[in-house]
Amino acid sequence: MLTNLIIFILASIIGSEVISKVPATLHTPLMSGSNAISGITIVGAMVVAGMVGDDWAKWIGFAAVIVATINVIGGFMVTDRMLQMFKKKD
Amino acid sequence: MKQNIIDIAYLVSGIMFIYGLKRLQSPATARKGNQLAALGMFVAVVATLFLQEILTPIHMLMGAVIGAGIGAYLAKKVEMTGMPELVAAFNGFGGIASALVAGAEIARFMAPNAHITGGEHLEAVSAITISLSILIGMITFTGSFVAFGKLSERISGNPMSFPGMRLLTILFVLGSVGSMIWMAMESSVFPEVSDPVVYGAIFIAVAGALLGILLVIPIGGADMPVVVALLNSYSGIAAAATGFVLNNTALIISGALVGASGLILTNIMCVAMNRSLFNVLVGGFGGDSGGATGGGVSTEGMTVNSTTADDVAILLSYANKVIFIPGYGMAVAQAQHAVRELAEELIKKDVQVKFAIHPVAGRMPGHMNVLLAEANVPYDQLFEMDEINGEFETTDVAVVIGANDVVNPAARHDKSSPIYGMPILNADQAGTSIVLKRSMRPGYAGIDNELFYNSNNQMLFGDAKESIQAVINEVKQL
Repeated sequence: MLTNLIIFILASIIGSEVISKVPATLHTPLMSGSNAISGITIVGAMVVAGMVGDDWAKWIGFAAVIVATINVIGGFMVTDRMLQMFKKKD
Repeated sequence: MKQNIIDIAYLVSGIMFIYGLKRLQSPATARKGNQLAALGMFVAVVATLFLQEILTPIHMLMGAVIGAGIGAYLAKKVEMTGMPELVAAFNGFGGIASALVAGAEIARFMAPNAHITGGEHLEAVSAITISLSILIGMITFTGSFVAFGKLSERISGNPMSFPGMRLLTILFVLGSVGSMIWMAMESSVFPEVSDPVVYGAIFIAVAGALLGILLVIPIGGADMPVVVALLNSYSGIAAAATGFVLNNTALIISGALVGASGLILTNIMCVAMNRSLFNVLVGGFGGDSGGATGGGVSTEGMTVNSTTADDVAILLSYANKVIFIPGYGMAVAQAQHAVRELAEELIKKDVQVKFAIHPVAGRMPGHMNVLLAEANVPYDQLFEMDEINGEFETTDVAVVIGANDVVNPAARHDKSSPIYGMPILNADQAGTSIVLKRSMRPGYAGIDNELFYNSNNQMLFGDAKESIQAVINEVKQL
């Protein structure tokens, strides 16, 4: 528990340092991209639902995998779509 | 051994997320950064799928395929103007996913094979992390979909409230905390006696769902960008809470990164409006129907100067420096491509052209930049408020396209104005300001705009896209 808390706090600090330097022009892609990263719950869904014999856990986990994947795939794809539009003057 | 490899894979994916986000610090490297983060996700998923003893891999893959199909469809289909709604919806999916995983963890304990899939007994601390994960996940879920509804105008953007709403909110919060304590106290006998934990979790899920709605409906349309940023943060915190539940470092690291990102954006938006987060959350500021007049200096009896496309074309063509100020109205009129064309025509005539972007222009942070990027405006022509505000005094013409409150000088001096204290773009300091507007209707925050009545301001009424097109035709002939 304490180890987890330490990881959480350190990751938050690194996140703040890295993200506060993202320019305003990229804030929308930052939001959609970080959104995709929060879809990491997909891993949790697989761990819980994939291992368990219980039907309830299986179906709840199945639903979780679907929504988390929407988040991951949709988030990364739409971010990529936006970022490829950002061009310098030729 | 296998667990060690999984942990190392999670570390690698965490590092890739961090460096991916770091590359978002510049538009030149941003796309690579996003791809690196996506690769990090791939590493985490593959490691889990192949190394964790998953009993039903086909089942899991099917879920992933369905989700990927839906996600890809949404990502391809969305218009850039609709990006705020989409991000709100994705936030919501992230939230519900966390809540579901926490729910599945409860079911896991109750399964006959709990002794091989993890701990057999629920610790009090775990009971609390599970309930937090469910609570934050559900708030994120319903809150995001209310925000989605408001942004896509499926429900009214006006702040909504009813008598006793705040009391109800407090009761649900207290009820959730009570359930949490109850679940923690009864966790020692779980899963043999399962009712307290199961019903406690169900209560928290329902309370969280209602809280998400209650927290977002009283917030006005003008403040939705802040809410979306905040919910973005919640979706990260929910994922991190789920990581605590499962003892999973990948979830904790990623959740923390996203939580921090959302909080930073929330703060930037609040500062840009000169309002505290608390004020936004209880505010009920701004609807989508106009109507409300923001007190202060009465503009009744004052007149505005109306101009024509010909005059605007002459003014722009012979200017040394022009600054465009886009707002959400530009997006609504789909005028961004016409604006880019006009900018190009002016540059051909040796006019210096810049774009000034207010942090809260549009309906989410950075929204205008994405729309202009889509229209092929190079990002080195776009400037943030602080970079460009000193330049208006030396600018011949400021062209305001579909923006309103972010150029209202009342914010500087009129203490009775709802937007008093909000930093604005100094369009009024330019030699001439031109405002493209459909009519004299007030803006998103429902406040009359002093700029329109300035003697050096001219209004070009009509649809922004048609107006700009008319100006372009005139400029070409000069």
